Amino acid sequence: MWVLLVLVVIVGLWMVGAYNGLISLKNQTVNAFKQIDVQLKRRHDLIPKLVNAVKGAMDYERSTLEAVIQARNQAVKVNASGPEAMKQVSQAENALSGALSRLLVTVERYPDLKATGNIAQLQEELTSTENRIAFSRQLYNDTATQYNTKQQQFPTTLVAGLAHAERTDLWEIEDQAERAVPQVDLSRR
Amino acid sequence: MIGFILFFAWLGFGGDYVWSLEGHHPFPWVGIVLTVVAIITAWHTYKTGPEKVLWATGAQELIDPQTDAERQVTNVVDEMAIAAGIPRPRVWIIPDDDPNAFATGHDPHDSHIAVTRGLLKMCTRDELQAVIAHELGHVKNLDVRLMTTLAALVGAVLLVREGMGRMMRGGGIPVRGGRKGKSAGPLLAILLALWVISWIIAPLVTQLLALAVSRRREYLADAMSAQFTRNPLALASALEKIEGAAAPTTSIKSGAAHLCICDPLGRRLTNSEGWLADRFATHPPMSMRISRLKGMGYAQLKKEGGSFTSSAPV
Repeated sequence: MWVLLVLVVIVGLWMVGAYNGLISLKNQTVNAFKQIDVQLKRRHDLIPKLVNAVKGAMDYERSTLEAVIQARNQAVKVNASGPEAMKQVSQAENALSGALSRLLVTVERYPDLKATGNIAQLQEELTSTENRIAFSRQLYNDTATQYNTKQQQFPTTLVAGLAHAERTDLWEIEDQAERAVPQVDLSRR
Repeated sequence: MIGFILFFAWLGFGGDYVWSLEGHHPFPWVGIVLTVVAIITAWHTYKTGPEKVLWATGAQELIDPQTDAERQVTNVVDEMAIAAGIPRPRVWIIPDDDPNAFATGHDPHDSHIAVTRGLLKMCTRDELQAVIAHELGHVKNLDVRLMTTLAALVGAVLLVREGMGRMMRGGGIPVRGGRKGKSAGPLLAILLALWVISWIIAPLVTQLLALAVSRRREYLADAMSAQFTRNPLALASALEKIEGAAAPTTSIKSGAAHLCICDPLGRRLTNSEGWLADRFATHPPMSMRISRLKGMGYAQLKKEGGSFTSSAPV
């Protein structure tokens, strides 16, 4: 009789612990996902400033600049919700990343542009923004993986239904061009 | 922390017991005073530890970045705080040309990162990132609380022992032949011997504790840096640069040595291995840390199909 009671108490305590652990991970995952949004917004706000700074000196590169602006506006517009949202957002943002990296490579070709401190500062800002986005994605993927693993592992999987734990998608790089290592030509032209 | 208070209570009440054997002081005032002192010191060091450490190094808070280097370091700290998933720590600059860095604070919500000017000058962006990630690893593991407190407690123990020693010599335990009637069993004798010994080794024990904690945590923080940046080779090359500039960091006092990314005192011990170094150095040997990081880096390169020679920094 006593043994049974003790057993019930132990199992009960374990269930509480496992349930709370899952809930905590779930909220961390949601929070990490929101962090990506915060950083993407930061990038959207930065781009007009960058384009304005280089516009005057780069008249010949109009197409590159326009591509950046277009990609940015496209990315801002994406406002889908539901399971499709992440795919759309990541597609638009990846396009923007591509346009931006092309712009950065182009800026390298204009020594006078680089010489002014303004550009160096903006370049640093842009590098930092790209890093922030990459790191917030990394945090999200790490947290989500932890969450997914936890809810699938035995014995935590027994309380997964109770905690309404569902598999979350990871943020993946979909564009094949993004996946490849960019080729940067460093020779001066 | 609790161990520290208990240790002091043991020292104090033990003293009372010895005195009561001599027929003096039926009231255990030494024990009570020492315990209270321990509690107050512990609380006080816990509260003011970070400020004290920062003040001792002459660090200045970086609030409004002006130069490119300052902007870069604030950006890098922001990035790594995102990668680690913790609130952004406050950034401090130490006006010193030797490259070094440390973190302090109570918990991730109240933490500080200090870097020297030398580090900003010497490191590339990737290397700076790796160093900051290492420090944020300490913050996330709550090492900062432990190590800052330990830094202050080591000092406190030394101080109290000094004071007690003087008191004992001055007030003096009257040396009498034989104890008064009370029979002291062998258990009591052992306790007595233990008490005397713990008085003698008190400072040594706290010091060793600080060191043992610190060395293991360095490896862990190195690993966390690699986890945050996904670039262990950057930390390896940063450590090599820091080691190469091995001049002692003059503005960092020995009390805060175990907080730093590498031993600021430029001690030989840190670079050697073996039992003695294992016990007394604040940091694991630099060569061991670098080779572990390089191991991680090569494993990563192999997995990603890169080549050994082209991307590995020297």
